[in-house]
Amino acid sequence: MKRAGFTTISLPVLLLLPQLVIIAVFFYWPTVVAIHSSFYLQDPFGFGSTFVGLENYADLLSSREYRKIAWFTVVFSGLVTFFSLAIALVLAVKADKVLRGAKTYRTLLMWVYAVAPPVAGFIAVIMFNQSWGPLTEFFGLFGHRFMVGVNFNDTAFSMVLASVWKQVPVNFIFFLSGLQSIPRSVREAALIDNRSASGRFWDVTFPLLAPTGFFLLIINITYSLFDTFGIVDTVVKGEPGNNPMTLVYKVYVDGFRGNDLGGSSAQSVILMVLVLALTIFQFRLIERRIHYT
Amino acid sequence: MRKPKLSTLIDHAVLIAGSLFMMLPLLMVLQMTTIPDTEIIRTGPSLTIGDQFDDNFTKAMFEASGFSGENTGLSMLKNSMILGMGFAVGKIVIGMMAAYAIVYFRLRFATLAFWLIFTTLLLPLEVRILPSYEVVQWLGMLNTYQGLIIPLIASATATFFFRQFFRSVPEELVEAARIDGAGPVKFFIDILVPLSQTMIAAMFIIMFVYGWNQYLWPTMITTDEDMYTLVRGIKQIVQVLEGAVVPEFGRSNVLALVAVIPPVLVVVFFQSWFVKGLTESDK
Amino acid sequence: MAQVQLNNIGKTYPNGFEALHPTTFEIAEGEFCVLVGPSGCGKSTLLRMVAGLEDITAGELQIAGRVVNHIDPADRDIAMVFQNYALYPHMTVRKNIGYGLKNRGISKDEIARKVDEATAMLNLGDYLDRKPSQLSGGQRQRVAMGRAIVRDPALFLFDEPLSNLDAKLRNQMRIEIKALQRRLGVTSIYVTHDQVEAMTMADRIIVMNAGRIEQIGTPAEVYHNPASIFVASFMGAPPMNLLSASAVDGAVKLGDQTICQTQHQGPVTAGIRPEAFVLDATGPFIMDVQIVEELGAHRLLHGTLNDENVTVHIDNEVTAVAGPQRLSVRPEAVCLFNVMDGQRLSCSP
Repeated sequence: MKRAGFTTISLPVLLLLPQLVIIAVFFYWPTVVAIHSSFYLQDPFGFGSTFVGLENYADLLSSREYRKIAWFTVVFSGLVTFFSLAIALVLAVKADKVLRGAKTYRTLLMWVYAVAPPVAGFIAVIMFNQSWGPLTEFFGLFGHRFMVGVNFNDTAFSMVLASVWKQVPVNFIFFLSGLQSIPRSVREAALIDNRSASGRFWDVTFPLLAPTGFFLLIINITYSLFDTFGIVDTVVKGEPGNNPMTLVYKVYVDGFRGNDLGGSSAQSVILMVLVLALTIFQFRLIERRIHYT
Repeated sequence: MRKPKLSTLIDHAVLIAGSLFMMLPLLMVLQMTTIPDTEIIRTGPSLTIGDQFDDNFTKAMFEASGFSGENTGLSMLKNSMILGMGFAVGKIVIGMMAAYAIVYFRLRFATLAFWLIFTTLLLPLEVRILPSYEVVQWLGMLNTYQGLIIPLIASATATFFFRQFFRSVPEELVEAARIDGAGPVKFFIDILVPLSQTMIAAMFIIMFVYGWNQYLWPTMITTDEDMYTLVRGIKQIVQVLEGAVVPEFGRSNVLALVAVIPPVLVVVFFQSWFVKGLTESDK
Repeated sequence: MAQVQLNNIGKTYPNGFEALHPTTFEIAEGEFCVLVGPSGCGKSTLLRMVAGLEDITAGELQIAGRVVNHIDPADRDIAMVFQNYALYPHMTVRKNIGYGLKNRGISKDEIARKVDEATAMLNLGDYLDRKPSQLSGGQRQRVAMGRAIVRDPALFLFDEPLSNLDAKLRNQMRIEIKALQRRLGVTSIYVTHDQVEAMTMADRIIVMNAGRIEQIGTPAEVYHNPASIFVASFMGAPPMNLLSASAVDGAVKLGDQTICQTQHQGPVTAGIRPEAFVLDATGPFIMDVQIVEELGAHRLLHGTLNDENVTVHIDNEVTAVAGPQRLSVRPEAVCLFNVMDGQRLSCSP
C-alpha cells in the first residue's frame, strides 16, 4: 500500500469485485470440490456417493500402474528439465558473447516460445512417421526401427524431444537476460583477475546466474508436469494404451474418460500438494533472489 | 587481431546449430504444405518446394471438415483470436483493477483480499480440471466463449505483475496528483494507465500467446466443432491422420502453420516488450 | 497575520510510534520558513501533514485562517515541490504544469495563459512540448516549480527539492527559488537536511530532532545562539567545537583558563565555533595542529586541545603549519551547555 493511499471505500471494493468473484467461482469452489470428492467413492451411474475416507489415496498409492506413471513422470521431468536448461545455457552464453548477428540469433532461438505444446507434439508425430519420418529414417541409419506409439521407450523419447524443443526458448530468454544483467564492471574485474575464459565462467558468471538457474529449475519442473499435456496427448494420439503418460494426463484419462471421479480427485490433490511444495520453494528462492540483486 | 579467432568461430557454430534445431521442424512443416498428399505418403518431407500451397491453404482454411462439417480453418482461426484476445484483455483489465485497489487504497481487508487473490498463483488449472468443468457445466457455459475464457482468468498472474509495477511507481506521483486535484478515478485514467503502457503491452503479448496456446481446457469445454480453436483442432487432425487411406497431410500442416504463425509473429515483432514482461514478471 | 498556524500538531502512527510530538508554531504571511534536521527527525512528516498527505492525529492546523485538518490536499490551496520532482513522465511540460488547473475546471485559454506566464518566469518557454525524460535535472526542477507557481497558491511546500541535483546546480537553484519566492511573496515551508540551504534561504529556521523542535529562530540566532548541543553540532560546517569544561564559583574553566562567567556549578560543555578561536602568539591555549586544510579563501586547522579534537578557522593571509600553535578565544562567542540534557546555559564574557 502506498503511504498516501486514497481513503474511499466503495471504489476499491468495486475494483476488486470482478477478480474476487471469478476466483471464488472458478478457483476456490473447484479446488474445494476436488479435495472433497477425493474422500468419496462415486457411484458409476451417478447416483450419489459414499464417504470412503482415505481409501482413494490408499488405492492409488498401492496401484502398480499409478506408481509406474509417477516414476515415469519423475524421469520425464528430470530429462526435460536437464536438457532444456543445459542447451539453453550453452546457447545463452554464446549468444551473449558474439557481437555479429546477436539479434538474429536471439530471434531464431526464442520464437518457439510461441508454439503451442500440441503443435510441438504434432511435429514430433510427423518427424517420427513410421514409413517416412525424417527422424525415423535417421535412427534407421543406426539400425534402430523407431516405433512411436508402439514402443514405450521410443514414444517417451519423442515426448522428451518435443518437450525440450518447446522449452529451450524460455530458458534461453531468462539465461540471456540474467547474463546481460551482470554488471559490466564485474565482468571487467573478472577479466583482469582471471586469464582463462572457462575459469571466468565457472568462478564468476555461473555463480551470478545461479539464482536465475534455481528459479528456472522450478519453472521447468512445473512445465514438465503440466504444460506437456498437449505434447503427450498428441504423441499418443489420444490413445493412452500402454504408452507412457504423465500424472496430469492420468488425472484427465481417469476423470474425464474413465469417470473415476474419486480416484481422479485424489490424484488432483496429490498434484496440488506437489505443486504447492514447489511453489513455496520457489517463493522462498525469489525472496533470496531479491537479496542477490 | 582482425583475423577471426577460433573461439569466435566455435561460438557461431554452436549458435547456428541451435538455430537449426529450432528452425528445421517448422521449415519441414512449411515444405509439406507445398506438396500434394499423394507425394507425402510416398516420400514424406523432402527438400523440393512444390506448388500445392494455394490448394492446401484453400482446403484447410475454407473447406469444412470434421463430423459436423462446420469446422473450417477460418472459423478455428476466429475462435483462436477470440480466445487469445479475450483472455489477454480480460486478464489485464481485471488484474489492473484489482492491483490498483490493493496498492493505492487504504482498505481494512486489503491484506485478506491480497492473500485470497495470490493463493491462486499456487495451483494451476490442471489440478482442478474436473471440478472446474463441472462448475462450467452447471453454469451452462459449455461450448461458449465465456466458459472458455473466464475460468482461465481465475489466476492472479496479471494482478501480481501489475501490483509489482504499481509498487515501483514513485510514491510522490500519486501525492502530486492529489495536490493537483485528481481523485482516484482521474489518477488511474490520466496517470497510471498511460504510465503502464509498456507493461500493458508486455502483459498483452504474454497473455495473448498463453491464451492462444491453451489446449487442455478448450479440449474439455468445447465439443461443438464450430467452437474449436486451432490448437484444440490439432487433436482432431492427429486422429484424422491415423485412419485415412490418403491422410490430408497438406491440410493439417497448413492448419499447424496457421496455429503457430500469429503468436510467433507477435513474439518476434514485439520482442523487447515481450522479453521485458517475461523476465520481470517473476521478480 | 499568521498564514500557517500549528496548534499542538502531533503524529502517532497506528503502531504506536510517535513521529511528531505535539508542536505549536506560526508562520507569517510571505515568510520563508525552513525545517531542518537529520533524516527521520519528523520534518517531512510535518510537511506532509500540512500538505494533507498524512493524517493529523492530534492538534489543529490552520492555513489562511481556516482549519484544514480534514480537508483534501487538493482543497487546501497549497502547492508542493517534491524531492524527485514527481513529474508525470508521459505528459509534456505544458501538460504537467497545466494538469492541476485542468482538474479545477479552468478554461483552456486561461490554462494556456497561466502556463505561458509561469514558464516565461522560469525560462522554460523553449521546452513546453518536451517530456520530462528529455530535460536536464535543473530543467525538471524548474518544471516542478512551474507546477507549483501556476496555481497561485496560499502556501508553497518544498520537500528537499534540491537534493537530487549536483552541487553547482544546487547553489544556482537555491538562489533562483529564493528570488522567486521573494518576487511572488508566497508563504513557504521548505524541508531540507542540508544546513547550508537552511542558513542561506530561510527567514526563519526550525531545527528538528527526533520528532521535536529544538529551536526556532533566524539563521543568525540559530548559528550564534544554538539552544542545545544538537543545534550547535548540526548547524554550521565545520560544526561547533564541543569541549568539556567546568564551572567553579561562577568561572568557567577550559583546562586551567577561564573563558567566561556563569551561575552554573560543576561540569559543563563549552561550545566554541571554529572562527571564535584566534591564532595568538600570546594566547593561553596550546593546540597541537595535525592537519592544515587549505580551502582557498580560508584555512582549517585540525588537531587537539587538551586531548580533545578541535577545528579552527583562520583567514588565508594568516600562515599556519602543523605543530603546536598558541590560541586565544573570543569570550563573547562562547556558548555553554548542560552536560546532562544538552540544553543551553546562560553565560557572560
